[in-house]
Amino acid sequence: MTDHFTPANLDLAHEIIDRYPVKRSAMIPLLHLAQEQDGWVTEDAMRQIAELVGVTPAEVLGTCSFYEMFKRRPVGRFLINICGTLSCQLMGAGELIHHAERKLGITSGDTTPDGLFTLAVAECQAACTEAPCLQVNYRHRYRVTPEDFDILVDELRSEADRGEGPDPGNPDAGGVPRHGVLSLSRQHIPAERAAGPSSPTSDQGPPAWMPPPDAEEQK
Amino acid sequence: MSDQPEKRSDDGVNITIDGRQFTARKGELLIAAAERAGTYIPHFCYHSRMSPVGMCRMCLVEVDSGRGPGLQPSCMVPVSEGMVVDTESETTKRAQEGILELLLINHPLDCPVCDKGGECPLQDQAVAYGPGESRFVEEKRHYEKPIPVSDLVNLDRERCILCDRCTRFAREVAGDPLISFTERGNRTQVQTFPDDPFSSYFSGNTVQICPVGALTASPYRFRARPWDLDQVESTCTTCAVGCRTAVQSSGDQIVRRLGVDIDPVNHGWLCDRGRFDYESARSPERVTSPLMRGGADSEPVEATWPAAMAAAASALRDAIEAHGASSVAVLGGARLTNEDAYAWAKLARGVIGTDNVDCQLADGLSAEMLLTLPRATIDETCSADTIITLGVDPKEELPVLYLRLRHAVVEDKVAMVEFSPVETSLSPHCLSVRHLPGALAESVAEYLATDGGSAGSGSVVVVVGRGSLAGSGGDVEAAVARIREALPHATFLPALRRGNVMGALQMGLSPGILPGARALSSLDPPGGDPSGSDPTTPIEPGLDAAGILNAAAAGRIAVLILLGADPLADVPDRDLAERALAGSGTVVAIDTHLTASARRAHIVLPAAGPGEKSGTTTNLEGRVSRLGPKVTPPGTARPDWMIAAELADRLGTDLGFADSRQIWAEISAEVPMFSDCPVDRIESPEAQDGILCVPGDEGGLQWDPPADVASPPVDAYALRLVSSRRLYDRATMTANSPSLAGLADESRVRLNPRELDRLGIVEGDRLALVSPRKRIIAAVSADDRIPRGVVSMAFNAPGPAASELIELGALVTEVRVETL
Ligand code: SF4
Ligand code: SF4
Ligand code: FES
Ligand code: FES
Repeated sequence: MTDHFTPANLDLAHEIIDRYPVKRSAMIPLLHLAQEQDGWVTEDAMRQIAELVGVTPAEVLGTCSFYEMFKRRPVGRFLINICGTLSCQLMGAGELIHHAERKLGITSGDTTPDGLFTLAVAECQAACTEAPCLQVNYRHRYRVTPEDFDILVDELRSEADRGEGPDPGNPDAGGVPRHGVLSLSRQHIPAERAAGPSSPTSDQGPPAWMPPPDAEEQK
Repeated sequence: MSDQPEKRSDDGVNITIDGRQFTARKGELLIAAAERAGTYIPHFCYHSRMSPVGMCRMCLVEVDSGRGPGLQPSCMVPVSEGMVVDTESETTKRAQEGILELLLINHPLDCPVCDKGGECPLQDQAVAYGPGESRFVEEKRHYEKPIPVSDLVNLDRERCILCDRCTRFAREVAGDPLISFTERGNRTQVQTFPDDPFSSYFSGNTVQICPVGALTASPYRFRARPWDLDQVESTCTTCAVGCRTAVQSSGDQIVRRLGVDIDPVNHGWLCDRGRFDYESARSPERVTSPLMRGGADSEPVEATWPAAMAAAASALRDAIEAHGASSVAVLGGARLTNEDAYAWAKLARGVIGTDNVDCQLADGLSAEMLLTLPRATIDETCSADTIITLGVDPKEELPVLYLRLRHAVVEDKVAMVEFSPVETSLSPHCLSVRHLPGALAESVAEYLATDGGSAGSGSVVVVVGRGSLAGSGGDVEAAVARIREALPHATFLPALRRGNVMGALQMGLSPGILPGARALSSLDPPGGDPSGSDPTTPIEPGLDAAGILNAAAAGRIAVLILLGADPLADVPDRDLAERALAGSGTVVAIDTHLTASARRAHIVLPAAGPGEKSGTTTNLEGRVSRLGPKVTPPGTARPDWMIAAELADRLGTDLGFADSRQIWAEISAEVPMFSDCPVDRIESPEAQDGILCVPGDEGGLQWDPPADVASPPVDAYALRLVSSRRLYDRATMTANSPSLAGLADESRVRLNPRELDRLGIVEGDRLALVSPRKRIIAAVSADDRIPRGVVSMAFNAPGPAASELIELGALVTEVRVETL
């Protein structure tokens, strides 16, 4: 048995698995959970996910590596994706990328030695009207000038220095959550609304959340 | 739709392929229907034994289902009434050219150094359907040339066309999804998880079905070119499933075995053991000339055939004269062809005059039971309403049967109930009933009295084998008796492992049973020989393997003939096997390899092995199929029947046949069970699927089920031993095949993790196991498939031998565990 998730996350993992009629369906949510815990998806995490959902590690790797946003190598606390697609290019993305590389002292694709920033050039982020744009841990920043970039980096750095920044346990803390944190609010499905572990192929009845037909009439 | 009901027939779907009418089956895929209609549609990813995925698009054809023609992948489209298909239209051709140009964009075209060259679907189809040139001038993808994905299989990712055949096979057919597509996108590739190799028992199949040279097998890599290969069809005799194979040779050496798709048995698949154990033919341990040993301690030295045969014959004559024919015993025979087995049965009973013959080494089940139970075929098993398995783990013992059963249970949702003391490969897919070793019959009885009653309504097939060798087969036999009482309509599939064990049984290599499953006692007049050659046939049934071994240990066997038998490895009582070999007057071993037991023999005669002899074999269903001789046996090795005939000759009797064909002619003439199976039928194309030959009840053979024995009470200070065979073990051919030998795990003591905690030991620690027989020391492994109170140790695995602990005939083997 691989032992990679923290006890709290392991509990959460079981809760997530219980949401699905087929365990295997929990694979992607658990990959997110692993990335949230470690900032990236480690081999051990994939192994444990395989055990938890009853597949082989190779199958978890297959799914995980399908998605570019699951990182299988360590990334910094802040992943900065600068859009390099057409609209942004026309509006100065090239210069911005160049500036970012000089500011952080790394080439795109790399991580700063202090482990704070990973810089990457990304495809269109669907904000072409606000070009050039970037994302910090998938949070948009619009019409970014080199000066804006410097301010952004300095802010993030001091946020990290102060040890601040939001975490899932404290949604009010503001700032940019660590890489891997998908959302600051946790979804919990109350037991009476959970579909439970019935098989989708054998269960031909109405969905579990649908009130039984006679319940309507009785009202 | 309902306005044209007259067009529909109940049993077929009318379609038009390239202007010709064809009646397809309902639900059939277009590509399969076209194939049956004689129209080949080029394809890469489609495989008739796996679900279609539409990955490669090579099978695009123009299909008009009433809304005008359009390109559709014929492997994904089921036929529909009135469908009009054009596989040769301009549009179809353009599509095919386009797809091939696309597939070749990243293909390295290193055909001159590729194993697949000459038999490569990509090569062939590029020539037949390709555009002839490419517009792609950019740099191709590059990867490290082949990377091993397992000990047996190498992957060259540059050549892969991403057809999903290997990964689909691993997932769907083998149930070992250890390879997967990774890095989706421009760099999509097949990969294993790091440090988690594709160690499937079935990995070799992926090499066979890969439509390019991306997957190659280490044992065959760079050994031959397809156009240099010579091929004959045969049947695998490594286990009793009897998979159909193509045996290929180059320069009088077998270099490859491929699976041949026959419906009733293997569907084209082989297990890796059967696929690669041809390597053993050239092992240094192969016996290539007769050997003789002077004194007890001297080494065997090469001898001539005349000298060795004269010695064997005179040992036999002396034994018969001095102690009577019953002082001669013949053990083994499951390695033999049917013809070999028949010749030996005839020699033993009709010439020597002994009935002490047994093709099982006390590691099987009652021959009377196996030959009288109503038999089921593999197909009947897989389409039964309920399958019951008793004890065996088919993945370890009969791998391709496991594939068939797994498909039945997982894909076709057949209900299965398994009785096993430990978790098996099928447990996750069925209702698995655990029982204490020795309490199978009780467990089955209890089940039948409760839930099992419901199984009574539909068809029931029982897969019956000898799961654990640490307890007697009587428990299994009692369980069978219980099932027969409760479910009289149940039929049975014998799941014994050794290659031609069923053939040997049906040819009379068990005591009291004449060829064709006839009781010795049914002979009229008593003692008259079944084949009419000699009246020496004994009247009283002789000894079975256990009896022979005990008699030998007591010094009552003057000549012990080992027919491809290795009692030291296979008898579930090492101590008895040792004593039996030591106590026999003269031991004659007839074998392909110098096994541990053959090393102790006084005379060793070299036998021809698989691929080296003609004849027939019988699989566990009773399916008789023809073997293809491909290469000449090494040295002076010869078929076992020939050795029998010559021994008979030296004893003054002519067995009456000069080749294996004549033996079959005699079998079909003399043995009623085979009367409708004459030589020309056995040699006809019909026999490709094998011909079912199952005994009826006219032979007067009867099985008396053992009286129920209560399983002994649990000894709280001991654990009960379970010892089963695994696929890779020290079996002669496996151990002598370099590619497979290393795959056999060192034998370990397997215990439930909580048992380890209780003993205060951890994985890898060494333990002593103490049984009344012996004390052995082995490393321990935690295994949660083993229940508490049970200790498991593989049988005949390298390392400490479980058979040292076992006492033949004991109902259970209790062992005490001592920490060191
Ligand atoms: S390795 Fe061969 S079988 Fe597997 S996906 Fe690639 S081409 Fe297909
Ligand atoms: S399952 Fe048995 S018969 Fe089939 S290939 Fe394997 S060893 Fe040979
Ligand atoms: S091009 Fe940059 S957001 Fe669309
Ligand atoms: S064979 Fe139809 S898509 Fe590959």
